[in-house]
This record gives sequence, C-alpha cells and structure tokens, in this order.
Amino acid sequence: MNLRLLRLGYVPLTDAAPLIVAHELGFATEEGLNLDLVRSQSWAQSRDHLGAGAVDAAHMLLSMPIAQRLGLGPALPGMDVLMVLSQGGQAVAISTALAEQMRAGGYTFDFTNPMAAGVALHAASGGRLRVGVPFHASTHAELMWHWLMAVGFTPTQLLVRTVPPPLMASSLASGEVDVFCVGEPWASVAVDAGAGVMLLPGRAIWTSAPDKGLVMRREMAATSPDLTGRLMRAVWRAGKWLDQPDNRGTAAEILSRPHYLNLPSEMTERALLGRFVISAAGEVRTTPHFIGFHDGAATFPWKSLAALFADRMARQHGQDTKAAMQTAMACFRTDLFRLHLRAAGADLPGASAKVEGAISHPTAVASEQGRMILRPDAFFDGHLFEPPFQER
Amino acid sequence: MKERLSIIVVERDADRALRIVDGLREAGDHDILVISESAALSRRIAERKPDIVLIDAGDPSRDVLEELALASGPMDRPVAMFVDRSDATLTRTAIEAGMSAYVVDGLRSDRIKPILDAAIARFHMFHRIRAELAATKAALEERKVIERAKAILMRARGIGEEEAYALLRKTAMDQGRRLADIAQQLVMAAGLLT
Repeated sequence: MNLRLLRLGYVPLTDAAPLIVAHELGFATEEGLNLDLVRSQSWAQSRDHLGAGAVDAAHMLLSMPIAQRLGLGPALPGMDVLMVLSQGGQAVAISTALAEQMRAGGYTFDFTNPMAAGVALHAASGGRLRVGVPFHASTHAELMWHWLMAVGFTPTQLLVRTVPPPLMASSLASGEVDVFCVGEPWASVAVDAGAGVMLLPGRAIWTSAPDKGLVMRREMAATSPDLTGRLMRAVWRAGKWLDQPDNRGTAAEILSRPHYLNLPSEMTERALLGRFVISAAGEVRTTPHFIGFHDGAATFPWKSLAALFADRMARQHGQDTKAAMQTAMACFRTDLFRLHLRAAGADLPGASAKVEGAISHPTAVASEQGRMILRPDAFFDGHLFEPPFQER
Repeated sequence: MKERLSIIVVERDADRALRIVDGLREAGDHDILVISESAALSRRIAERKPDIVLIDAGDPSRDVLEELALASGPMDRPVAMFVDRSDATLTRTAIEAGMSAYVVDGLRSDRIKPILDAAIARFHMFHRIRAELAATKAALEERKVIERAKAILMRARGIGEEEAYALLRKTAMDQGRRLADIAQQLVMAAGLLT
C-alpha cells in the first residue's frame, strides 16, 4: 500500500496519546497515512517547526495558536486548531515545605476540593505565591489564575512564571516556585523525586479544562483538505479508542516506550487510570476521568473556549478583549471539524459555541444524530463565561 | 562608532559554547556571556538586559525566553523581542539550523544579521556532527546485536558463522523485516529462555 507521509510534532506528555496511538495502532494506516512523529523539547520549538513547515501538524497547547493570532509570538504563518486532543491531564503540585505547613493547619489533601485547598494554601503561603506554568499561553496558566484569584489571592500576590516541565521538580525543590501546574507525568515525577506533593487535578478546578489541540497551518488545511480530513479522522478514532477504559493499560505501555515518554509504564499509567501517588509517603488518591480524549464531544473545538482563553490574554497584554475574542474564535475550526468528521460518524452539536461552565451534570444537547450528551464543564466556583455573539 | 552589543548564549555544553563564542567573535567585538545553568535563567537575563539571546532551538528553556519576549503588563517593557518580526528568511534559516534568537526591540537588522549568520553557521555544524554521531552509534549497536544473535544461533544449532548469518538474513527477507530487528528479537527470546 502506498502511504502518504505526514510529519507530526509532539511534546512528550501523556496527552500526546492520540497521535501516538493513531500511529502505533494503525488508525493512520487505515486512512492511508504514515505518521512520522517528531519529538520537541519545548512548545516554542514545536510551534516553530510547524510554522517553518518542518512538520505538517502538531500537538500543541490550545492557547498557542490564539497567542500567535494576537501577535504574542514570532511572525510565523497562521495556525488553526483542527480539533481538541485532550481534556484535563493537568495536575497542581506544591513544595513539601508548604505541604507540611498545610498539614499542620489540619488540611487533609483530599485531591478534590479546590476551595479548601486554596484557602489552606493561602494561609500557609502568607499571601505570596510563586507559580510555575509550562508556557505563558496555556490552560495551566488559565487554571492557576482562575483558581488562585477565586480563593482570595490578588494579582499582585502572584508571580506566575514559565518553568520547563523537566525542571518543575527541581524548581520546587530549590524553592524557585512554591506551586506549579503541569501536564502529567511531570507532577508525578516531582512526587517521586520527593520534591513536591500533588494537591489537585486540573479538572477539579475546571471540569472540562481542554488542554491540547491538533494544530495545522491554515494554508495547508485549505489547500490539502483530503489530507487534513484523513489526519483528523485517524486522530479522532485514536481518541475514541483511548476513552475505552480497557484500553488505558495498553496505552500506558505504548506511551512508555523509549522513543516516546521513556518512562516506566507504572508512571504513565497513573494519569491514564486516574490513580495517583500524591506524596513521598505513598498516599494514594483516585480521580476518575483525570484525562479524556473523546467522550462528551471532548474533541469539538468550541469557539467559546477560544474566546475564554483570548479574554484573559487580551486583558493581560492590554489589548481590546472584544476584538481579541473574535480573532481567536476564527482559529478554532468548527467548520473543518464538521466537514471532515461527519463521515467518520462523529455526532455534531447544533451550535459552535456555548456558555462555558454552565453544565454541572451530563446533559443532552441538540445535535445532528440526536445522541449528544455533554459532560460537565463547570468551574469549581460556579463561574460562567459567556462568549460574544459571532459576527459574520 | 558602533557600540558593542551585549549577547547571551544559553548553552549547557561548555565545549559547544566555546565554539559558538569563537564564531561570534569573528563577527565583531561584542560583549558575550554564556549561561550554562537553566535555573534562574530569567533572572540572569533580566539583570543583564542583553541585546541578543541565542539558544539551541531544542532547549527546554526556550519557553522561558518566550515569556521574557513579551511584556507581561501593558506598562512593562519586554526584555527581548522575537527576531523574526523583521526577517522571515532569517527566521527560517535559524529554525533549520536548530537555533533560536531573541533580539531586543529596535535593534537595526544590519547589526543583527552578521551575528546571527555567524551563530547559524556554528549551529549548522553541530547539527551535522550530532546527526552523524547518532547514526554511527545506532550502526554500532546494531552490529553488536547481530553478532550476539549469530553466536546464539551457532551454539543452539551447532552451525558455522556464515550459516548463522545466512539464516538470519533469510528470516529477515522472508518476513520483510530488517536484519537488526530479527537479531534483536532472537537475542531477547534467548534471554527469556535461559
């Protein structure tokens, strides 16, 4: 069979699973594709590779193409989000010193309640906190700002700084940061290194917390619709496979291989099975649905999510929020999702944007096949984000 | 008279850093600092206020520089801007060489270019050496595995070296696999059985 070669960039994280599984389990081959997975050590590198055409598409932070559109990055060709790759997958960890203070204050590390965790953290920190995130434009940064402001920190008490994931553990240990939010397996790595204690899963703060997207140069999505469709279908089917609970163990084995995450499968398994060791003392916490790849329309690139990320970015960089939100919404390609995934059997929602945070129980919504049930997307503090009406 | 530019090179490998610095000296008399520790990178850059920061494109600390390249608030001034705003060809060449440059806003491009050209040339060289090293290492590893597989076959079946090699070769061809892969499987299986 003559397979078309496609080069895909990824950063070695648990949530790169849809691309890796699409390649390893033949979902790509079924679409006539041969994927060459190119590992990057930083998000900037992945973005630059995509921009320069060294890769055809990439596993990328959902906020990055938005940052590019808002002029918060280097001048590279325009990039769009074809689909969401993962929901959740982030974890918050704190230094062992802070954890001890919180324990002394009676906190029990339940791994579920962001309000209680935040209040205890506020008390232990003395009201000043240095926060590590993997990239300035990221779901991790959004989660940290949202959570810490909601539990009583003010912007001037927070110093949010970029720390490369491989350095998170040592930054906690050396006291450069007090707390960080990062994609697995890096929080577990910090726990095993004795540098930190896991405090919360990202999804405790924002139930749907979408994290990575499949990103392509806009020009390529336009000029190679067939290829784009094939890639999207392969990755979408890989996500569907990944969300069957029985497959998670197998997925952990595949991800662990030396040329992907290069970690013991026991480590990659934690996030995929939602079973964590949260401290060096060996305390175990379980959190079902820690990371999702498919169910509840998880892959649909809701334009309201683009607006939500753009809103904070615009405020932080002194831009007009309305214009920024409109710009951002244009790069979440619900049109391509509908065009290319209908044939694969994806149920498609009637709307392309929603009020974010309004769903607290699984809810049936209008869709083409009438079988769409959206998973909860609530923020822990009941926050609602209303996207602007789309202008045509 | 041109002012000296302040350049920071972020590079862990001392030998490599030295050679990059040598390359930069040829491009002119500038003030060059090498940072080899990623810890406290942003603080050291903020203190130094360099005109240009050069870094391996694959360095995880890249993402820290991304943040420094942005003003964090409307009133703040960025430490550095992305070089690529002015010159798309230069950006592409740098990406291909595996190098990234962050340049302070407002620096004239005729001052930046000779420095970047010199740095890019050095990075290209390292890129090639690294690729060659990796290929040589892989070939060596494969040869070792094939030798081991041959020895196992010779012992197990009481055959000569040439016959053992022919058997491996034939199995690989029959299965449409690489010789090294078949050898690897045999070695692994033999390890399990003994």
